[in-house]
Amino acid sequence: MSTPTPPQPPARPRLGVFKFASCDGCQLTLLDCEDELLGIAAELEIAHFLEASSEAAPGPYDLVLVEGSVSTPEHVERIRRIRADARHLVTIGACATAGGVQALRNYADVEGYLATVYARPDYIETLATSTPVSAHVPVDFELRGCPIDRGQLVEVITAFLAGRKPAIPNHSVCFACKRRGNVCVTVAHGTPCLGPVTHAGCGALCPTYGRGCYGCFGPAGTTNLPALVPLMQRDGMSEEDIGRFLHTFNVTAFTAVEEQGQPGVTDAEGPG
Amino acid sequence: MSDPAPRYQELRIPSLARVEGETALHLRIHDGTVTEARLKIYEPPRFFEAFLRGRAHTEPPDLTSRICGICPVAYQMSACRAIEDACGVVVDGQLAALRRLLYCGEWIESQTLHIHMLHAPDFLGEDDVIGLSRSYPEHVKRGLRLKQTGNAVVELLGGRAIHPVNVRVGGFHRAPPRAELRPLEERLRTALDDAWDTVRWVAGFEFPDAECDADLLALAEEGTYAIESGVPTVLPYDETLPPYSFPLRDFTDHVAEEQVSHSTALHSRLDGRRHLTGSLARWAVSGYLLSPLALEAAREAGLGDPLSRAGVGRAEVCRNPYRSILVRSVEVLYAVEEALRIIAEYERPASPYVEVPARAGIGHGATEAPRGLLYHRYAFDGGGRVTDARIVPPTAQNQGAIEEDLRRLVQAGLDRGEGSEAELTRLCERAVRNHDPCISCSAHFLELDIERTH
Repeated sequence: MSTPTPPQPPARPRLGVFKFASCDGCQLTLLDCEDELLGIAAELEIAHFLEASSEAAPGPYDLVLVEGSVSTPEHVERIRRIRADARHLVTIGACATAGGVQALRNYADVEGYLATVYARPDYIETLATSTPVSAHVPVDFELRGCPIDRGQLVEVITAFLAGRKPAIPNHSVCFACKRRGNVCVTVAHGTPCLGPVTHAGCGALCPTYGRGCYGCFGPAGTTNLPALVPLMQRDGMSEEDIGRFLHTFNVTAFTAVEEQGQPGVTDAEGPG
Repeated sequence: MSDPAPRYQELRIPSLARVEGETALHLRIHDGTVTEARLKIYEPPRFFEAFLRGRAHTEPPDLTSRICGICPVAYQMSACRAIEDACGVVVDGQLAALRRLLYCGEWIESQTLHIHMLHAPDFLGEDDVIGLSRSYPEHVKRGLRLKQTGNAVVELLGGRAIHPVNVRVGGFHRAPPRAELRPLEERLRTALDDAWDTVRWVAGFEFPDAECDADLLALAEEGTYAIESGVPTVLPYDETLPPYSFPLRDFTDHVAEEQVSHSTALHSRLDGRRHLTGSLARWAVSGYLLSPLALEAAREAGLGDPLSRAGVGRAEVCRNPYRSILVRSVEVLYAVEEALRIIAEYERPASPYVEVPARAGIGHGATEAPRGLLYHRYAFDGGGRVTDARIVPPTAQNQGAIEEDLRRLVQAGLDRGEGSEAELTRLCERAVRNHDPCISCSAHFLELDIERTH
């Protein structure tokens, strides 16, 4: 530039938010951080966040948040390009972390699904699967939830800015439920609850509202699913009911637990 | 002379911002005339209607809420109504009031999100809410406060603002005691002032002239502004045709969906004509049923007086899609008032839900999502398993009207000599945002792709 410029503040890390197959809810969680939003914007340059801004700047980005699962041939290419542009890549939510609710197709006849929804299935381009981002590119951190929790999202962003690993506990919903002082819905009321095998993060919302956890944060770090199944049967669930209960919002992750006894998503190292 | 204009031009704009979801636009321009405007919706199919099959009758509210993170309550409410209809159960009294309260929370937060974060920046020359927070800091703070109050209502009744967990077929898992709602009252009273100030702020925006020549479709409910129930009611664009209603069970006879090759979202037509749902349609059909305070705000904001035409069954009609932001802010004010009214009259019901025993049958449910009429239909077998599901979201219905809007706007822009890529993109993006489309319902990835021939 020919004219002298005033001293510039140090460059802020650049944030990119990208969406794949999803409902937009996890991105919306960022906009729902009403108290923190302007503070976050002061610390991070929001370079690419289409849901929020017309300003869509090209990469590279220091922090990339990815929402949604990979479900079309174009997605496979796009996630690779985004990874190449991202210093740290964090998946946000069940779709990006475990394929989401739409991964139900992975266990079904996709041609049949297409014919159910569309009169002309031949117009539609889709993959037979809905897969997590980690099935395609390396991921630095996976934030669970359908949707993610606002507090956990702020923690992930704060940890990134501080250059440390996010303090996201890997324990089950039961821990949060006890901490909240809830009476156990399974013990007291015989209500089937996935709390013992589900990753914490929601604050044990469902038991607090008197219903059983339905597993929207996916499997906890260590789970003992075989021990829970007889309890659910005792409380009146058939094998088929239990199958549907587990195979909903984090279908691929719970399936991996059933098949290998281990969560299908692993805690990757955090940024920093 | 400069180079002769090329006979064929193609223009691509990578994405449409500040809408929920992503989509593309394809324009064909021949000799300065827009011959075609198509929204190319690339939503990767998510197959909700397919995988609902075989699920228990209690499951659609949680499952379908995942169609949209911005209006999950709308999905839960339409699903509940359809299932209860199939099972022959009516949820009324305080449980119905609680549902309306929950829905008011979603209206407040979702409409406020659209007004402040997605739409207002267009009128004030900013790229986003962050830019807006520099030029209008107090207005943005007010918007965030208002949105937070809407979220607080949904969080209290639903557990969380996105994909609430407390809704179930027949009512709620837990009905709050009266005392729990009290802290909301204070926030809502502040919100009432914030909402009124928002109407005044928005009323000062500059609104380009435009008219949407589509039939207007909204639910109508006797004695109240329809939100969580009502009868589909049509105000034809052709004013010589009378307004009419039809039973919800006939919805798909009137609103026919068809698949088009350029979009994964289905297109629909109302009795063979283009139609629009959403705030403009609601205001036209039920405006006269708004509260006195909301009506006063509407009149002050220049929306006119629907009471003057209430006797003839037509509210004062606003067909300018740019002014939808005004109707939305009036609706926020109304939703705040409604929330206060429901809380004041609330008494905890004896049970948080009514039993909804499964049975074979078909049920229909429709409610007014912030973006417009959302219809669900489920068929169940004797064991209460879903055998068929049909979901018609507002954005899919509005697609035809949006395309026509875009065609006219681009044409007007070209006629004024605004033919550059940047100008046309700006015009089109604004036009799409006017309708607050919720493209995840149906769609993804906007790419403006202009083909020009001479």
